[in-house]
Amino acid sequence: MLTILFDGIAYGMVLFVLGCGLSVTMGLMNFVNLAHGAFAMLGGYVAVQAMQRLGVPFLASLPLAFLAAALVGVVLERLIYRPMYGKSHLDQVMFSIGLVFMAVAGTDWLMGSTQQFMHLPPWLQGRFEVAGIGIGRYRLFVIAICGLLAVSLQWGFTRTRFGSRLRAAVDDARVARGLGIPVNRLFALTFALGCGLAGLGGALGIELMGLDPSFPLKFMIYFLIVVTVGGTSSITGPFFAAMLLGVADVIGKYLVPEIGAFIIYALMVVLLITRPHGLFARVRA
Amino acid sequence: MRAETFESRVRQALHAGRRWHPAEIAFWCLAFAAFLLFPSQLLLLNEIAILALFALSLDLILGYAGIVSLGHAAFLGTGAYAAGLFAKHVGGDPLAGLAAGMAAAGLLGLVTSPLVLRGTDLTRLMITLGVALILYELANSLGWLTGGADGLQGVVMGPVLGLFDFDIFGRTAYLYSLCVLFTLFLVARRVVHSPFGLSLRAIRDNPLRASASGVPNARRLAAAYTIAATYAGAAGALLAQTTQFVSLDVLDFHRSADLMLVLIIGGAGYLYGGLIGAIAFKLLQDAIATFTPQYWMFWIGLFLVLFVLGGREIIHGGVKAVAGRLAGIGRGAAR
Amino acid sequence: MSAALRTFDLVKSFGGITATDHVDFTLAKGARHALIGPNGAGKTTFVNQLTGVLKPSSGRIELMGEEITTLPRAARVKRGLARTFQINQLFATMTPLEMIALVTAERLGRGSHPFRALDRDAELVDQTAEILNRFRLDDIMDRRIATLPYGKQRQIEIAAAFAARPSVLLLDEPAAGVPEAERRELMRTVAELPDDVSVLLIEHDMDLVFRFATRITVLVNGRVLAEGTPEEMARDPAVRAAYLGEDAHV
Repeated sequence: MLTILFDGIAYGMVLFVLGCGLSVTMGLMNFVNLAHGAFAMLGGYVAVQAMQRLGVPFLASLPLAFLAAALVGVVLERLIYRPMYGKSHLDQVMFSIGLVFMAVAGTDWLMGSTQQFMHLPPWLQGRFEVAGIGIGRYRLFVIAICGLLAVSLQWGFTRTRFGSRLRAAVDDARVARGLGIPVNRLFALTFALGCGLAGLGGALGIELMGLDPSFPLKFMIYFLIVVTVGGTSSITGPFFAAMLLGVADVIGKYLVPEIGAFIIYALMVVLLITRPHGLFARVRA
Repeated sequence: MRAETFESRVRQALHAGRRWHPAEIAFWCLAFAAFLLFPSQLLLLNEIAILALFALSLDLILGYAGIVSLGHAAFLGTGAYAAGLFAKHVGGDPLAGLAAGMAAAGLLGLVTSPLVLRGTDLTRLMITLGVALILYELANSLGWLTGGADGLQGVVMGPVLGLFDFDIFGRTAYLYSLCVLFTLFLVARRVVHSPFGLSLRAIRDNPLRASASGVPNARRLAAAYTIAATYAGAAGALLAQTTQFVSLDVLDFHRSADLMLVLIIGGAGYLYGGLIGAIAFKLLQDAIATFTPQYWMFWIGLFLVLFVLGGREIIHGGVKAVAGRLAGIGRGAAR
Repeated sequence: MSAALRTFDLVKSFGGITATDHVDFTLAKGARHALIGPNGAGKTTFVNQLTGVLKPSSGRIELMGEEITTLPRAARVKRGLARTFQINQLFATMTPLEMIALVTAERLGRGSHPFRALDRDAELVDQTAEILNRFRLDDIMDRRIATLPYGKQRQIEIAAAFAARPSVLLLDEPAAGVPEAERRELMRTVAELPDDVSVLLIEHDMDLVFRFATRITVLVNGRVLAEGTPEEMARDPAVRAAYLGEDAHV
């Protein structure tokens, strides 16, 4: 049981890294980017391809995944995302679903529809037992990396100048602009960071979530749950939401595999109805 | 005396909104004439009619009541499975099955309507999406009932009205679907021009003012949502009956997303948007399928992106111009 | 004197701020009553509780002797309490005709009727026509509201509220932002409201208040500072100090 809990935590950690970028873009520009998973997929494919074709070692493939996704993020933000900021949520949703569809079909065309696998270095394979709990080496590695990321993100968000400007802009973009904070540039940077994190998460998650062209569609709902449940005004909200989701999903699939993801969706609907502004959202007057 | 004439002016002005435009009459004449004009394309025409009905359903809540939904496939799927199961276990009469599909979807709409009454567009999008996903998972896991991933086999349909058997060319199918579409369209047309329809537009335009004008917003939206669900259920039932098969695909996310594209192409809030959009969508799909059958999803994505980025205005300008010309021809013929 | 609308010990607080502070207020039947007060005095908060937009923290509201404190908004309209908004709240895509027809249909209880055609309903047509006539909207009834001049839109605000046939009508700054040229017609509209409707006017414009109201309540910091006839209020030193003194144009 504790092993499952451990797996759930690892899974939740990856979900957090995947989803936190989305929560900041959503909070900052009030932009609903359902295509977030496409950046994760990009990161995943870049890592796999780099390892298989170029012989890049596993550890080096992770920053590559981050960079590639961040770079594509910057370019797309400039070219096509920016005109969308002022439009309605519905338009934004349609637009980003369009991007998802293109990414899914495009990847299928380029890479084929087969599952991708990550060849882990030997020191990350297998599992060991501590006090009767089976601990996968790779999962431990994931938890360590993602935990480190979460802590540094939290630190960056609350302690640095960048973070305080970002929080100001999330709270009220117009006031922040008035104070001379370059909100647009801030957003471009954050968008890139969010995409990069998604890319990294995509690469890290291959072992846990699989990777094929339908990835952005399959996991779209998961990212959205992280964001809508966790709220968009902090790092801790999405973090706890992701953990809750990861653990609930793993336990649910283990205990009652026949109903699959049912639990998760039901959980989301219930949470959205009872707490429409997120589980940890501050109450605004 | 002046008051008398003014009242008749008011009456006429209120009547103007629901008067039949010559272009509308031309549209429906063409739809029925298509049966004779394109005898080899009846299966495609049948698909168009069903998609049009599905889009009409979304238009009722999106275009008139302003409720966004990313999970309209939930109702399509419910209608399809209900009609399929009805045919399999109860009887093969199409109209009874249609009623079963509509009732099941309507019930689901009624039950889930409280979920979409509150919250922002974003929460509505998420909740509708969530409900559709739940149903997909349900249909997938209840294999003993739905056939799971293999689909519902053994749907055998009797003749429509006991007279017209379904055939492999889609003759009966198209006429049956078109008649259902036309009937439900007439009902919808009536509804949107009624006091009820007017109150939906009021809520869409300004919920605060609507409630200050005595409109019970929540109840009206729930009613509209239920009606729309019933319509989508009818589309699902037609789909199940004319293909004599139901697969999980009817509940798939892409159904809901495609539907949005249909309405984006045709425009929402004047009833014909869904119909015109359905024609354009299916013809496009058919055309693209002839040279790149696999990557339809890519194209649909591209269209979505381009439409939202600014192509919409261009298309609608074009549609209006064509409609105007058709109207001109219609008027000329009437004279 | 019987009351059309009364509040008993009404309190509304947001966090630590008390926006409505134990207000006992009576609007007499057929009254022309103005509620005035400096910005931030809590006038709009007060109106929002009367109409059900906000829930009072404590206290009671009665309309024609019946308690309405917790009724939903639409139900209050049905019982005869209608309002206009400080900022136009109109149905932008509709025509004045449609908007008035909507309110009339709701009042006649036709709103849930999904099949009846609007023009086949003689009662609806007659009463819609009457309102359009009364508010001089007949020549623009077919134009989209969003395209009409601002003064006309304010006129429609009042017409739409009046179409609900209220016994109590709350006018929330009806003249706000109306250009001088269109102001006179608006004032005429307000002055022509029939006597059997009790009117509560929330207003900044002292010109309009003194021309229209026979009774004035002054609200300051959420509390009733004074109440009386316009002459009494104009003379009251506390009122002058708190409010009128700031407005040199009186």
